[in-house]
Amino acid sequence: MINFKLIRNQAGRLVFTENDTSVEHVVPVRAFPIAAPGECISLTDGEGHELAWIEKLSDLPADIRALIAEELACREFTPEISRIVAVSSFATPSTWRVQTDRGEAELLLKAEDHIRRLTHTALLITDSHGVSFLIRDVEQLDAHSRKLLDRFL
Amino acid sequence: MNYKSPSPIAAATPDAWCSLVQSRLNQDEHIESWLEINLDAQLHFSKSLLLITDARLLAFNDQLITEHPYRKGISIERHDHGGVGHLELFEGDVRLSHWFYTLAHNVQATRFVKQFEQQLTSFVTGNPVIAEAPALCPDCLTPLTDHGDCPLCSDTINAPPSTWTLFRLWRFAKPYQWQLLSGFLLMLASTAATLVPPYLTMPLMDKVLIPYQNGAPIDFVTVTWLLAGLLGSALLAWGLGWAKTYILALVSERLGADLRTITYEHLLRLSLEYFGGKRTGDLMSRIGSESDRICVFLSLHLLDFATDVLMIVMTAIILFSINPWLALVTLLPLPFIAWMIHNVRDRLRTGFEKIDRVWSQVSNVLADTIPGIRVVKAFAQEGREAERFRIANHHNLQVNDKINKIWSLFTPSVSLLTEIGLLVVWAFGIWQVSRNEITVGILTAFLAYISRFYSRLDSMSRIVSVTQKAAAGAKRIFDILDHVSSVPEPTHPVHLDKIEGRIELKDAGFRYGNRAVIKGLNLNIEPGEMIGLVGHSGSGKSTLVNLMCRFYDVSEGAISIDGVNIRSLPVSEYRRHIGLVLQDPFLFFGSIAENIAYGKPDATRAEIVSAARAANAHEFILRLPHGYDSQVGERGHGLSGGERQRISIARALLIDPRILILDEATASVDTETEKEIQKALDNLVHGRTTIAIAHRLSTLHKANRLVVLDKGEIVEIGNHDELMASEGAYYRLYQAQARNVDTDLTDAGNTIQPEIKTTL
Repeated sequence: MINFKLIRNQAGRLVFTENDTSVEHVVPVRAFPIAAPGECISLTDGEGHELAWIEKLSDLPADIRALIAEELACREFTPEISRIVAVSSFATPSTWRVQTDRGEAELLLKAEDHIRRLTHTALLITDSHGVSFLIRDVEQLDAHSRKLLDRFL
Repeated sequence: MNYKSPSPIAAATPDAWCSLVQSRLNQDEHIESWLEINLDAQLHFSKSLLLITDARLLAFNDQLITEHPYRKGISIERHDHGGVGHLELFEGDVRLSHWFYTLAHNVQATRFVKQFEQQLTSFVTGNPVIAEAPALCPDCLTPLTDHGDCPLCSDTINAPPSTWTLFRLWRFAKPYQWQLLSGFLLMLASTAATLVPPYLTMPLMDKVLIPYQNGAPIDFVTVTWLLAGLLGSALLAWGLGWAKTYILALVSERLGADLRTITYEHLLRLSLEYFGGKRTGDLMSRIGSESDRICVFLSLHLLDFATDVLMIVMTAIILFSINPWLALVTLLPLPFIAWMIHNVRDRLRTGFEKIDRVWSQVSNVLADTIPGIRVVKAFAQEGREAERFRIANHHNLQVNDKINKIWSLFTPSVSLLTEIGLLVVWAFGIWQVSRNEITVGILTAFLAYISRFYSRLDSMSRIVSVTQKAAAGAKRIFDILDHVSSVPEPTHPVHLDKIEGRIELKDAGFRYGNRAVIKGLNLNIEPGEMIGLVGHSGSGKSTLVNLMCRFYDVSEGAISIDGVNIRSLPVSEYRRHIGLVLQDPFLFFGSIAENIAYGKPDATRAEIVSAARAANAHEFILRLPHGYDSQVGERGHGLSGGERQRISIARALLIDPRILILDEATASVDTETEKEIQKALDNLVHGRTTIAIAHRLSTLHKANRLVVLDKGEIVEIGNHDELMASEGAYYRLYQAQARNVDTDLTDAGNTIQPEIKTTL
């Protein structure tokens, strides 16, 4: 049962209230951002101490859920690659042009082992600036992307 | 000094924004700085531009333009999380606006924030902005551009290696160029010698055998000469071939050895960051088997191939000189085969690269499991590990199957072409003989030549695969060689013979991947001072020490020693001034004396013994059966943790460093041993700048100052008494430990303090 309140203040921060005590600068964190993005969310204060644990986002009232979703949307940044448009070379470092769920982007792959296999079909690609790009299912990519990707696996 | 950007707008802002920006600016409004960011509010990739002028901040994106004139109470904040930077503009408590960018723009964003604050202060106070000295690139000391890039260094890192990787091996071949030249000349001569026998079949056929069939007697003198010629040329080809193969094999073996050594030397110079991201098995296979593969390629396959090419060229010349028409028909299939080889090449190369990667996956499974065998057995997961290996192996099999499908088709196809080629020569030859254009002897010679010729083509086709394999191997080796150390040697090094040991950290920041581990840290350490670093695990203590040792380079700010940026000192020269004692001391394979003298191999026995004495190690070493000559292995078999630790302290003492770093030096031993080690450490610390990390606060009793870290930031500095008095983070840490000591040593809760005091 939910017994806390969550609002956004003028400074754009989330404020968490439980039993008449308020904590400002609340940060929602996904515990399993890749395996279970809609479950197991922790609300932490600015110091990283846990305030509340949310088993399922869908258990929450709509307003809180919207706030958390909004905050997560601008905190969690793992663009999902839907298509690899082109790669500059098959030897690393290689610049990839990719289409993601967050628009078209370029990533610089510094070495082949920056592509990590998460599961049998999911890959996590870390670019030179530390942004993680996700390929959720290699088999869902089109033939062109798969062919390019294959050269690096 | 009043600093105004003299450059016109067109030069200052990116082209795409130029006209839009210009339309919005007032007259005599100056652009002071701009920042192009690449994310929108929902973190979608989309470009927008932030611009500061001398009067306001403007934000442009595709849809709208917002502006924020400077006024009192405005402030800007920058922070980042998970690879995304976040800029927030506040007025008092109200957030006016905020923008996101990926960390690719972080350096520019930091600079932008600084410039914004300068402009804002200047606007509010009315004082002009003070121009700063241009920042210098830490690597080559060139002034940086407005956006924080070094015009010299930044481009070189991102260029992919050329595909003509094998030609880069020339760098290693150069020292052997004369041997290579003589080998080549021998090759030329021996190939020529092998081409003589078919030529001699011509007179043998036309002058001896056919006249004999037509009734003429056999001329034994001619026959003897011809047969002697055949034998002679065979012997000559044998001798020359031996010399050629021997010389070139010698050279290629040396080349391979050089390649291995140079790669390993380069590898050792790379920063810790590189080793953190690589697997041991993969690196081992690159240096070991890949260099061997290249060596075999050079000594065997490339040699054969060069011989073959020479042979084809020479044969072609001979054939054309005998009969141009028949020669033309004979050589007709050649371009076709060349085309086929070329076509298959690409597929095979990617396939072989893939096999290599899969193969290193297989060895990685081994490298992962074998060192962790105790964990595997303890949790009874042998089955799972075996399965993991089986899967990797199966993957290897699949990839090999796929490439073998293409490869197995390739060789028979070339054989088929050979047969067809011979057929064409037969047909055209018989037609020409029938028209008396050539003799039977010429046709025989042609057939002898081209059957050799085609058999060479067949083996030449094999060069495709071995070249690709070698090129893939060379690429993987050059991957290491091309890797620029993230701790680069300075281009214009500064040499410090003697250092005093003053360390300054200025706005030092470090990020590991996208996680900021150290943030804007400022600290001055005086020569001879002992600093204790305190904090929870994960607070950045070890990272800070790694930065001071220059195992990593700071991502922001600077660390300097005696006022010189450590990036401008040669790395090994700098580290010579640093003594490091780690939590888990690593002893190399060899004797105890060799281990103590590791940092100074030419140390005398007297030096070694006195270092061991100072480290309190002398006596226990003497108790060992072979004294200082006792052999120890990688984890120091037979020595206890405390003994190994004292050897590593002696090691640090022997190089007499001005700066000493103790990273949890007493964490893994019991209290009794700790006291022994502590005594040794007290000798070591004396008169040196010391930075000590200790989990047990009691070991830091000699520290002049304690620095309390939390989440990569300094939260408190002071000595023990001051920090206890202020009842801050240190006080809490201390209390927490005191409670542990309490439960360990005594049941009476109110005797905590005296109990601690005795250990202090």
